[in-house]
Amino acid sequence: MISAPTRRHVLAGAAALAVTPMVRPASAQASARVVVIGGGFAGATCARKLHRAGLKVTLVEPSASYISCPFSNAVLGGLRELKDQTFTYEALVREGIALAPIEAKAIDGDARRVTLGDGASLPYDRLILAPGIDIRFDGLQGYDQAASEVLPHAWKAGPQTSLLRRQLEAMDDGGTVVISAPNNPFRCPPGPYERASLIAHYLKTHKPRSKVLILDAKDAFSKQSLFTAAWKELYGEMIEWVGLSAGGKVTEVDPGSKTFITEFGKHRADVGNVIPPQRAGAIAVTSGIADQTGWCPIDPVTFEARQHAGIHVIGDAAIAGGMPKSAFSANAQGKACAQAVTLMLRGEAPPSPKLINSCYSLVAPDYGISVAGVYQPAKGLLADVAGAGGVSAAKAPASVRAAEASYAEAWFKTITHDVFG
Amino acid sequence: MTMAGRASTVLGASVLALVSLAGALAQTPAAPTSGAAAFITSPPGATACLGCHGPEATALPSLARLSARDIETALAEFREDKREPTLMNRIAKGFTAEESKAIAEWLAAHAGKAP
Ligand SMILES: Cc1cc2nc3c(=O)[nH]c(=O)nc-3n(C[C@H](O)[C@H](O)[C@H](O)COP(=O)(O)OP(=O)(O)OC[C@H]3O[C@@H](n4cnc5c(N)ncnc54)[C@H](O)[C@@H]3O)c2cc1C
Repeated sequence: MISAPTRRHVLAGAAALAVTPMVRPASAQASARVVVIGGGFAGATCARKLHRAGLKVTLVEPSASYISCPFSNAVLGGLRELKDQTFTYEALVREGIALAPIEAKAIDGDARRVTLGDGASLPYDRLILAPGIDIRFDGLQGYDQAASEVLPHAWKAGPQTSLLRRQLEAMDDGGTVVISAPNNPFRCPPGPYERASLIAHYLKTHKPRSKVLILDAKDAFSKQSLFTAAWKELYGEMIEWVGLSAGGKVTEVDPGSKTFITEFGKHRADVGNVIPPQRAGAIAVTSGIADQTGWCPIDPVTFEARQHAGIHVIGDAAIAGGMPKSAFSANAQGKACAQAVTLMLRGEAPPSPKLINSCYSLVAPDYGISVAGVYQPAKGLLADVAGAGGVSAAKAPASVRAAEASYAEAWFKTITHDVFG
Repeated sequence: MTMAGRASTVLGASVLALVSLAGALAQTPAAPTSGAAAFITSPPGATACLGCHGPEATALPSLARLSARDIETALAEFREDKREPTLMNRIAKGFTAEESKAIAEWLAAHAGKAP
């Protein structure tokens, strides 16, 4: 945790940064100013790189600590604690990045300034917008903020994760856990299915007569054949998946009775997890950087927003073509964007990038599977490089699944160190 | 803190834009390929590798102590299905021999230093 004096000091620093350039003579301008909104996998990565490039970086992030979604399904499964998911910005501040520990309220793209929650304003030469996702509380009938206290989404890690875990722990043996999965695009395409797996792992160990029912708004999902085969092998009939054409699309929820309503019927849950429709973080929508889809179209070389010059969008908030909304993608985009922005500020043209994603999912603590892809700009989007990418082998010995599970953990350790120091 | 008036805000911002561009040109590090900001001149794809392969070895190997030749050979073998993979074949096939060589050279020089 960042202590109170440090926070005040940092805030004062940010505020000073906001006003002093107005009165300083031209020669005092040390270098270009970049403001980064959001200190997640995308924003924190990008901020560190831009700072290393010698730019004046202010990171705007209201939370004193960051709680990671990757591996939060393992918290639900009782395999980890939330504190193992928690990171701070102390290393970034130590490196010399100015932290404004407050929410960004508005962006004036024409004047190139960001208004903070306390009314202060931060001018920028380039803005990096990395606010992640927001839950669309208008996207599913019956599912509002209050409903999420009964039927948690746990799609932003933190109190929601703890709530869902407590509900699982309190459930009687023989209960039914219902998970509703949204249509594409959404954060972490394999996430709902990894979640079902690790909940089943917990139930198999502690409450073996229970069931997990996944109601899905899609007919296909990430790593589907691998998940389906592993579920049978590890959990027998415990996990049931109902896709769109079999009536899986949830059209309404009733939090009072914990009921999920589909076009075909009603499912009462003992524990209900609604993974609702999502969109880019609110600031991207209110500032007009998101389009009518709720996500932000970008130039695939520079990550510059199609909706406004000088603003670059990375991570889950961006429309990144073939790239999934993952922490790995967010980290890779943060680096590529920092490279592009640094070169642009020098008046140089950024090279056409290549990006990589790889995402591991745990089906059980010692059973990992993966998806990978390589991407490059094509027709204005980040498109899959043909011949690359794909999922783990359909048939593999237990040793390979165990190796991938250990690689998943290794990845988490390495990437969180890369992002948060 | 109070915000500056609208007119002076706009004026300030446009003046600043000019000033800071000049500043950026004057202040950019002289040798961007060495030291802390090596990412600026990294070849396409290279920095993403460090999401899994960090400065210290884990269950996944660190690239920090490998030579450019070692990395290039490994990428070629994964690309051509000559090495038993879990995931790397799927990534290596996304890069040409020439791109892989550039990545290998960059990683050999910088993978240990959080570039
Ligand atoms: C259950 C689950 C499991 C997952 N597992 C994996 C996995 O195994 N591997 C993987 O690669 N990915 C995984 N993901 C996906 C991963 O969490 C996201 O893709 C990643 O967090 C995206 O990073 P981001 O920086 O774009 O957004 P975030 O990480 O959400 O960060 C956004 C930040 O912006 C801040 N912010 C928002 N609005 C403002 C504002 N107005 N002003 C200032 N700050 C603001 C927020 O406080 C937040 O800190 C998983 C996701 C879930 C839900």
